[in-house]
Amino acid sequence: MPVKEFSIRIDGELVKATEGQTILEAARAAGKYIPTLCYLEGLSAVGACRLCIVQASGTDRLLPACTTPVQDGMSVTTNSPRLTEYRRIAVELLLVERNHICSVCVSNGRCELQAMAQSLGVTHVRYPYNYPSLPVDMSHERFVLDHNRCILCTRCVRVCAEVEGAHVWDITSRGIQARLVSDLNQPWGEARSCTSCGKCVQACPTGALAEKGRSVEEMLKRNDNISALATQRGVLA
Amino acid sequence: MKKVRLATVWLDGCSGCHMSLLDIDAGILAVAQQADIVYGPLVDAQEFPENVDITLVEGAVSSQDDLSKIQKIRSRTRVLVALGDCAVTGNVPAMRNSIPVSRLLQRVYTDGPTGKLTIPSDGVPQLLKQACPLHDYVKVDLHLPGCPPSSQAILGVIKDFLAGKKPELGSKVKFG
Repeated sequence: MPVKEFSIRIDGELVKATEGQTILEAARAAGKYIPTLCYLEGLSAVGACRLCIVQASGTDRLLPACTTPVQDGMSVTTNSPRLTEYRRIAVELLLVERNHICSVCVSNGRCELQAMAQSLGVTHVRYPYNYPSLPVDMSHERFVLDHNRCILCTRCVRVCAEVEGAHVWDITSRGIQARLVSDLNQPWGEARSCTSCGKCVQACPTGALAEKGRSVEEMLKRNDNISALATQRGVLA
Repeated sequence: MKKVRLATVWLDGCSGCHMSLLDIDAGILAVAQQADIVYGPLVDAQEFPENVDITLVEGAVSSQDDLSKIQKIRSRTRVLVALGDCAVTGNVPAMRNSIPVSRLLQRVYTDGPTGKLTIPSDGVPQLLKQACPLHDYVKVDLHLPGCPPSSQAILGVIKDFLAGKKPELGSKVKFG
């Protein structure tokens, strides 16, 4: 069956898209920027972080660009004062939920959450901080899981299940109690399905997953090769 | 021309923001032409004066003393700037916030190897339950995050205020 071609408008500009593409994929193919945090090219999209929300003609609801399929003739707005305000709110709520102390974090200066706050012009947080008491899992030989920095984006969960094929990670509990767990809620070092490949560490946008022995600002990550690998293997196909 | 009255304050922080302020180097000369520094760790004044135009506050609000200071400062200041991550987010001082104060003091002062020390109570201010950003207690006019904010960011903010305009920080500053 031939792929149907769609014509859509992104920020007023006429853009070609194909049936089955998401708004985010069509926008990126057209060189348009939409901010994302939980999305990682090559992995399945979950629409968890709400940074990629856009306005679409015909609905007042804001739609996550990473999970919304394009429709023929649709008109999308990727940037507006309303969208910026909601994106700021999303980032501020992530910052209050756990203990994101940038100044002493392994990912300071290389963190996607920190960079997102900066690019959206978040100079302070308007909501009360939660200050939860959270553990740091040091049981793995080579890696560390710091729940204080986790934003539950599930990039680690997806890269492990979809690319490595091990599915070590999952999320347990709901709402504010939600936690990243390895295997059946065992310490990471005792998770027998873990191959120690480190893809989760590279995919993590913050300092939640890091290599052991890294100090402040030292955790340099690369996820372009993860995207390349996932695309080569046709994870989404 | 009447000089602008500028103050700086050091609450629960490491003084790194003041170090960054000192790093404006010769930039201080241009500031000094238009402003007098009337209070702060860098000058002698003992009491926070009345009628201050701009106050830069470093540090989180952590103790009863910090709290009474920041309330007095707010009532005597036209423009209050939260200087650096501790004043803006709580930052490192706030890392104690999930621990009850009594357990914290016990761990620091009496659980040591000798076990002979006592928790100090005379001449030291009571700790608040949590170390919090300034805007939890008082209205803040400008947030300048960073650990520390760069000297150029601090100088830029001071210069903007001296020129009578509100600084637009936008994406020029970051946490950490």
